[in-house]
Order: sequence, then structure tokens, then C-alpha cells
Amino acid sequence: MTISAVGTTAPVRRSRIRWADLAPFIALALIILVGTLINTNFASQANLLNVITRSAFVAIIAIGATFVIASGGLDLSVGSMMAFVTGIMIMAMNGLAPAYGAWAIVMGAGVALVVGALCGLFNGLIITIGRIEPFIVTLGTMGIFRAFITFMTDGGSLPLDRSLREAYRPVYFGSFLGVPYPVLITFVVILLGAFVLYKTKYGRRVVSVGSNAEVARFSGVDVGTVRTLTYVIQGLCVAVAAICYVPRLGAATPTTGQLWELQVITAVVIGGTLLRGGKGRIWGTVAGALILEIIANVMVLSDMVSEYLVAAVQGAIIIIAMLAHRLTSSR
Amino acid sequence: MQMKSLKKRIILSTALVAFAASMSVGHAQERNVKIAVSIPAATHGWTGGVVYHAEQAEKEIEAAFPNIDVIVSTASSASAQVSSLEDLSATQDLDALVILPFTSEELTGPVEQVKEKGTFIAVVDRGLSDPSVQDLYIAGDNIAVGANTAKWLSEKLNGEGEIVVLRGIPTVIDDERIKGFSDVIAKTNIKILDMQYANWNQDEAFTLMQDYLAKHPKIDAVWANDDDMLLGVIEAVDQAGRTDIKYALGGNGMKQVIDLVKKGDERTPISTPYPPSMIKSAIYMVASQFNGQAPMRGSFRLDAPLITPDNADQFYFPDSPF
Repeated sequence: MTISAVGTTAPVRRSRIRWADLAPFIALALIILVGTLINTNFASQANLLNVITRSAFVAIIAIGATFVIASGGLDLSVGSMMAFVTGIMIMAMNGLAPAYGAWAIVMGAGVALVVGALCGLFNGLIITIGRIEPFIVTLGTMGIFRAFITFMTDGGSLPLDRSLREAYRPVYFGSFLGVPYPVLITFVVILLGAFVLYKTKYGRRVVSVGSNAEVARFSGVDVGTVRTLTYVIQGLCVAVAAICYVPRLGAATPTTGQLWELQVITAVVIGGTLLRGGKGRIWGTVAGALILEIIANVMVLSDMVSEYLVAAVQGAIIIIAMLAHRLTSSR
Repeated sequence: MQMKSLKKRIILSTALVAFAASMSVGHAQERNVKIAVSIPAATHGWTGGVVYHAEQAEKEIEAAFPNIDVIVSTASSASAQVSSLEDLSATQDLDALVILPFTSEELTGPVEQVKEKGTFIAVVDRGLSDPSVQDLYIAGDNIAVGANTAKWLSEKLNGEGEIVVLRGIPTVIDDERIKGFSDVIAKTNIKILDMQYANWNQDEAFTLMQDYLAKHPKIDAVWANDDDMLLGVIEAVDQAGRTDIKYALGGNGMKQVIDLVKKGDERTPISTPYPPSMIKSAIYMVASQFNGQAPMRGSFRLDAPLITPDNADQFYFPDSPF
């Protein structure tokens, strides 16, 4: 009886899920279509490359956030953490530059990865060992990291040493076979993220912890470790984003990465990951990051909206996209 | 033996500390004039500059006048500033207060209360809702920042051309700058192609400029309204390799941009000051009330003269964060 019931509902549910999973990509295609119709410059190669390249930061951080959110957590500190890691990285590079020349860039990037992972570990340990809500913990570290970068810059800006700028610039502005490096780096992060989340035992545990932590614990999953590691992954992603970010403007300021945490969370949710955990969509997240950046781009390219109302239209589009998503997935 | 000498040393050092402490107390008592300085904390470039100049003024004035004690206090929000004002006036007998208010409305009442105790009030930059509270008012001129830049630009472009503008955060400061600028431009044949917010943020300015460049195939000049944003703009223009942009201008007098001006950059040959050092001017003016008797009352509006390679040195502070 039960077996036959499962047998009849399973195929239906599968096709339904697939349709819902496609929603972010359909939304992306729609927005690209609208953009092309609004302004002919939108589809120009230069504009598209610009938009895709600069969405790399949010996309990379959002891949980490997909792990955190899929496991039932939340990280509000990513924007501030990004600024803090950027600051430490620039200081390390400037300090190493006289002795090691251009190698200081590679070493500085290494420092960034270590610092990022440690920041994530700090968040994760307080949440799991201290048993405090992730919202509160990361709200706290958001303030701490932001204050650190403000302190490090004296409220001004912390510039990268001139001798390193030329050597480091291509990491943001350069390209390989026509594909900008930040896009390539994003692609590598996507593939790694998708592999870990979908193909490894750890990835399956992340999702099972997110859907029901108690059940996961009874089936022998070390919930604390799984959760802590998602924050470490998040920290590493933040560091990778910082490595791509520094060559763009060559400086860290107290406003670096401000409010990125909200963009990151929005991208993850638009992409189909459940905010309450239990489901993670890496490719959807990337589509979400692209959607956010393209909406902003289309707003500037179109003359239809007053500059005072741009944010309202952006907000409305996001809500409409989510409603459409809900309708397609519940039908 | 060793123990004994250690003990001796401890006693000796305790005595030294006590002696030093009593000395410093005696020293402080000589400083019978207290000037409190209440300013916003360093959360971005300009306020970073304000904190730097206030601290410099504190050092210089205390070194010059042994009877004056300057107390600098920073606050991260309007309500924090109100609290720190209450603390300052409750615990100390203030002779003067120099304040850069976070907001006009919220700070007017608390400053009034400080004044009732007979404290001399100097207000900097943002005015209070009731101007009768202040004895001294020193501010920059945001309209002039926009207007002077617009005059220079329209002369250079011979009153013709197409330009784009970046706005800051929607505030009075931004509105005044934009008004000063567009009023002058309106009298010429220069067309403003686009004007959008980038929130005084380098990253957002970079992004917005990329979009402007994609949208408009020919741009003669860009005004970023702020030097922080200008740095993002310049990076975007360089990346696109666009040579049609003759001038990229900012405003505020950030040290990196003053440095460009000093070096005779062709695209950024000028800037206009909205100097954070105005806090220093105010502290000096107040200090002069209590030394050598130079009473001063009234409102002082700092002009926004063009910063050119000839006078750039006056506006360049290499040690300041801004």
C-alpha cells in the first residue's frame, strides 16, 4: 500500500522539483531579455563582461553562504569580514613587498585565505560550542570586523603599495582566452562548491543537518562539526572574493563590502536555497547573484525610472521574482 | 639578598609612580580652562579627517597654552553623541564646547542644556535648529563646492558638451552640492546626460561609471561630487580605455586627489575643498577666547576656492587619513 503510493507520487514530485529548480534561470533569462529590449548597449560585449565580472564577488561569497544557509545557519558578517580580510591582506602585501617583490601578492593571498578561514572558524565555534543563535553571533562579528577595518584605516583608506599594483591589476582586469580572471575564479569556486555539496558525504550531511538537526544527530552525524565547517567554507569564500577585489580599486576603506551580506543572502534565496535550511542550490545561487547585478545595471541603462526610485524598483523586482518562484513550485 | 633588592625595587618604583602621579595631578590643576570637542567617530574618509584634525589641534593647543585642556570625544551616532554630551557636562565644568552635530534636530536640545551652565558654544559644519544657541558657527559651503566646479568646467568646455554626474547619499549636503552645480550648468549649453546615486562609495562609483560608459558612447566630462567616488570613476574610465573624457572632477580635497592635482594630472587638474580641518579652525578660534582676550562671535562660512597645482600644498595633509 505505502510502497505503491510512493511509486505513484515520486515521478510527479520529481518533475515538479525540476521546474522549480529552473525558476532562477528563467528569471535570469527574462531579465536579460528585458535589458536587451530596453537599451541596445546592454547586450554589448563590454557591458556584459563588466556586469558578469563585478558580480563575481557576491557570487563567490554567496556560494559559501549556500553551505551555511543549507545547514540551517546564517552569516551576517560576510561584508564586514570581506573588508577586514582585505585590510589584513593589503597590510601583509605592503609589509612583504620590499623583501619579496611581486611574490608578496601570492603570500598575501595565502594570508588572506588563512585569516578568512580563521574568521569563519571563530563564527562557527561560537555558534556551535557557545550554542548561540547564528543571527546574533554574526551580527556581533559584523560589528567587530567593521570596527577593525575602520580602526586599521583610521576612517580613511588603506592603499596597496604602488609597486604591487601593476603586477596585481590583471587579477581583476585581465582575461584568459577572453574570459576575465574573476569569472574563471568564480567558475572554479562553483565547481568545487557543487562537488562538495552534491557529491561528497559532507555535502549530504550539510543538507541533512539543515533539514532536521535532531534526526541527523540520532543517525550519527556530528552536527557541531558539520555546522562549524560550513562557516569555515564561508570564510574561505570571503577570502577568495577579497583576493579578486583588491586589484580593482587597490584599497580597503571602512565602506568596503558594506551591506554585501544582504545581497549575498538575497542571491542565495533567489537561487532556490531555503532560508530555513535543508536545501542548497549552488548554480541557482550564482544565477541569483547575476540577477541582482543585472537588475542594477538595467536600472542605470534605462531612463524610465527616477534616480530616487531605483531602489524601490529593485526591491519590487526581487519580491515579484520570489512570488513567481513560489507559484511555480507550489503548482 | 635577591629578595630584598627586589622588594626595594618595588618600593622604589611604587614611590616613583606615586610621585609621577602627584606631579601630573598638579600639572592638570594648572589647566583651568576646559574645552570639550564632540565629533562623529571616524566611519568614513571625511570624518576620519575630522578626528585627525581635532587630535592635532588638541596636541598643538595644549602645547602652546598650558592653562587649556582640550577633551576630544567621538560618537558613532546622534544618540551616542547626546549621551557623551550629558556625561561630559555632568562630570566636568566645561568652559567651552566645540561640536560637529550628527543631526540638527536631535542635538539642539542637549546643546542648549550645556549652554545653560554658561558654556561657550561653537558649532561646526551642520547647524543647530535654533541658531541662537551658538556663540560661534563655522561651516563649509556645499553650494560653492558645486558651483565653483561647474564654473571652471563650463569655461574649460567653452559652455558646450555632454557630462555625467554621480550623486552621494540622499542628504542636504548632496542636494546643496548638486544644486550649486546644476544651477550654473543650466545657464550653459552643457547637457547633463545622467545623474544617479553612488552613495559616496568607491565601489558603487566604479560600478555606476562602468554603466555610464556602456550607456553613453561620448562623454566630455564627469563630476563625481566627492573625491572618494572620483577614485572609483577614474579606475572605470582607465579600464574602458575611453579617451573622450577630458575631465574627471571630484570635490572635498581628499589627499590622494590633491596629490593628483599637485602632479599636474590633465584629467583631474582641480579639486574643491570642503576641509575637515574646519574643526581645527574652530578649536583655535575658541582657544583664543581664553587667551589674550580676542572675543569672537558670529558665523563664518569657509569658501570653496579651486585647488590648483599652485596652492595644492596648503590643502595637502600627508599624515591625515583623508
